[in-house]
Amino acid sequence: MKFEIFVTLKKEVLDPQGKAVEGAIKNLGINSISNVRQGKYFTLEVNEVDEDKASQQAENACKKLLANLTIEEYSIKKIS
Amino acid sequence: MKASVIVFPGSNCDRDVQVALEKFQIRTSMVWHQETSLPKTDLIVLPGGFSYGDYLRCGSMASKSKVMNEVIKYANNGGHVFGICNGFQILTETGLLPGALLRNNKLKFICKDICIKTVNNQTPFTKNILKEKVLTVPIAHNEGNYFASRHEIDSLQDNEQIIFQYCDKEGNISETSNPNGSFLNIAGITNKNKNVLGMMPHPERVIDQLLGGTDGQEIFKSLL
Repeated sequence: MKFEIFVTLKKEVLDPQGKAVEGAIKNLGINSISNVRQGKYFTLEVNEVDEDKASQQAENACKKLLANLTIEEYSIKKIS
Repeated sequence: MKASVIVFPGSNCDRDVQVALEKFQIRTSMVWHQETSLPKTDLIVLPGGFSYGDYLRCGSMASKSKVMNEVIKYANNGGHVFGICNGFQILTETGLLPGALLRNNKLKFICKDICIKTVNNQTPFTKNILKEKVLTVPIAHNEGNYFASRHEIDSLQDNEQIIFQYCDKEGNISETSNPNGSFLNIAGITNKNKNVLGMMPHPERVIDQLLGGTDGQEIFKSLL
């Protein structure tokens, strides 16, 4: 079973990289874009037939490694 | 006295810290990250560097390496653990220290001498340093911007866990003396029990006048 996972900084954590990217977009003359936030994207496969069990495993990986819950949050979506 | 320096793939201050420890007659063993046991030791040092190439987040991969299970047990039993720079990042990733180290607020790698104020000298790492003493120590990092939740910051203050704060030469702690955007100018903290210290500046780089300074000696002398 395949999942995609997004890890992003929590709203209250400043994202200087996102800010810099936003500045660069403005430099291109694209002025209608704001609030750029940068994050991480993972895809992974879980060798498990039961969907609940599989998503639990993915969640476990997020909590223990992929996201640092002090500063980040994650979302998981089954893609196949 | 004996110390163990943990070596991860990508550590690059491991031998510098070994030289610093041995200068004070501390016998030092280098311990590879895949070890599953530790030698008998009075101190564990997690050195600076770029463990695992800073993949995922600085220190995150190293925090899950085999030897860290032993380091966590050692710390939970009251053993002294000292994380410098990448070592500090590893300690926050293991949960031995609260908070996290984010990208510097100006997005630049900073490598320069800065001043830090010793705001708590009631720890095994600072006991020989005069309270409020300003030390000149270099920093060399891209992710040294200390962040913690309001609740964690309150707890750090209530338990006097903030040990070093960035300041100017006169010891004033202000926005202008903050090199990287750290909350409350935090440069180093301990856990509640004061047996685990993490700091971004590199005291092992200022242990000899030949290296440009001796202020780092005060920390190593405190550990004796």
